[in-house]
Amino acid sequence: MTEEHKSEDEGLQDDEQLPFMQRLLDNPFLLLFLGIAVPTVFYIIWGIMEITQIPIAD
Amino acid sequence: MSTKTEFRTCPTTGLKVDLNAEKLIKANAVAAVIFLAIGGLFGLLVALTRWPEVHLLPADWFYLALTAHGFDVLLVWIIFFEMAVLYFASAVLLNSRIAGPRWAWTGFGLMLAGALITNIVVLQGGSSVMFTSYVPLKAEPGFYLGIILFAVGALIGCCVFFGTLVVARRERTYKGSIPLVTFGALTAAIIAVFTIASGAIILIPTLLWSIGLVSHIDPLLYKTIWWAMGHSSQQINVSAHVAIWYAIAAITFGARPLSEKVSRTAFLMYILFLQLASAHHLLAEPGLSSEWKIFNTSYAMYLAVLGSMVHGMTVPGSIEAAQRARGLTKGMFEWLRKAPWGNPAFAGMFMSLVFFGFIGGISGVVMGTEQINLIMHNTLYVPGHFHGTVVAGTTLAFMAITYYLVPLVFRREIMFMKLARLQPYLFGIGAAGISVFMMGAGTLGVSRRHWDMQFADAILPFDYPSAAFLMMGLNGMFAVLAAVGGIAFIVVVVGSVFFGRKLGVDEKPSYPEVPPQAAVVAEHGSAHSLKIPGTTMLVAIFFIAFVLYYFVNWKYLSEVWPLS
Repeated sequence: MTEEHKSEDEGLQDDEQLPFMQRLLDNPFLLLFLGIAVPTVFYIIWGIMEITQIPIAD
Repeated sequence: MSTKTEFRTCPTTGLKVDLNAEKLIKANAVAAVIFLAIGGLFGLLVALTRWPEVHLLPADWFYLALTAHGFDVLLVWIIFFEMAVLYFASAVLLNSRIAGPRWAWTGFGLMLAGALITNIVVLQGGSSVMFTSYVPLKAEPGFYLGIILFAVGALIGCCVFFGTLVVARRERTYKGSIPLVTFGALTAAIIAVFTIASGAIILIPTLLWSIGLVSHIDPLLYKTIWWAMGHSSQQINVSAHVAIWYAIAAITFGARPLSEKVSRTAFLMYILFLQLASAHHLLAEPGLSSEWKIFNTSYAMYLAVLGSMVHGMTVPGSIEAAQRARGLTKGMFEWLRKAPWGNPAFAGMFMSLVFFGFIGGISGVVMGTEQINLIMHNTLYVPGHFHGTVVAGTTLAFMAITYYLVPLVFRREIMFMKLARLQPYLFGIGAAGISVFMMGAGTLGVSRRHWDMQFADAILPFDYPSAAFLMMGLNGMFAVLAAVGGIAFIVVVVGSVFFGRKLGVDEKPSYPEVPPQAAVVAEHGSAHSLKIPGTTMLVAIFFIAFVLYYFVNWKYLSEVWPLS
């Protein structure tokens, strides 16, 4: 194993040893996904579903 | 425009600065300040019209000025400055080159073009639909087009920020986790992406509707999705200004956060829940269920409020810990008494923190409670609240960090230092007064977005209580004070940037004097001290004020609807 591969493997091992919350907070793209998904589901999709269920006046 | 990567080392903080990033920070900050001046002028005209004794503008000009004021200060000033913050927090704090500088300039160009188009269209007079532009109020197509272009430009800026995070990690320009200030900027960028996407979902069809290609936009659907943009755009501010609080604490005192874990978790609360507070604008809409309203405001929003309260404790707490480590340990408040109150960056930041918490924060929770929201929904209380968050909170914090940006990034000495020392107090007290008196008038029932509270030409007469007139007079006076503070800021910043003494390559500016530990702004790590009795006392005062004000509003509601 080359030195480069060794250090990469050590890096991965270190990552695995990090607590879950730290790994979550160190992952900007997972945070980006969560930051878009949560308000999209609870605010926009839920809101639109309610609005579309309002009966249309005759 | 060069895209070749060149660096310089800041002689004050020791940070490595990519010159491309530096130019982008300068351009965005300058554009921000120009639009602050324009939007602030319109704001003064609005306040002088709402002052019953002055009643400056005729109705059509009032609504035009209100539209331009909302767009220029709530969106343009703030987002341009946030772009500067994103580039600073990524490239500069991570010692990295900026990713895709050409893309960043393209984004800047789109934002500038969009802002100019919307301003020109508003000034032509056919688009006085106010910032919210609720359908069926129809503006000229250019109004929506300008906002869309501005949003696309801002989205490109966010992508450059994320790209820079990737570049910095791949090129190992920092060790471990990103610094807390960068994490705060990341939070702002994430909320910005949601905000811009929501804006695109609703404003593109609205543009087509204004052209005539779409026949109908449902008003409630518009309002619901628009607020996902309109309110969330203000949550970008909250995340950015909290990041700036931490940055100023670090640069001024060498303060580390009390606990990185706790502060980062508080930012996570923002990422997950802060945008949901948009629902408080819809609490009086009959088409949406109480479940949707209460979940989005009174449950999820409180988790985001918890995040703000954590920051409200850890920022002054980190300053107290740093001051106590320097030996300012006498009594509960020696650390605060002997803080550099003559340093405009610190003074502005600390007032921003206090006003944001006590005025904007508490009133935000009150408005987010479905029952008591009804006593002030769509009254002047709402702009009172967001002047507490966006003006006394965000704008004051952005002004504060500008006093560091000018010498450290623009490499110019600050001019008119005596005026600069006074400026945060003029603007901060003015903005706080505007917020408090508008909220007071709103509590007495004064409508928002109304040209004439005297209803002089109404067929059916209506009189507000005389105290409401007093409130609006005081609001006008404090608006003048805030305008004086705003003009002082423009004079100091524009004067310094264009005419301030240019600093040599390795020359340290005479202001700011920073401690050797200031470089902690670019590091990840905690203060490891919880001896903060003074901050604990301040937090206790905050909670007492919170509980009392909350109780007063329930009491007021019970008097509106006497059920017993």
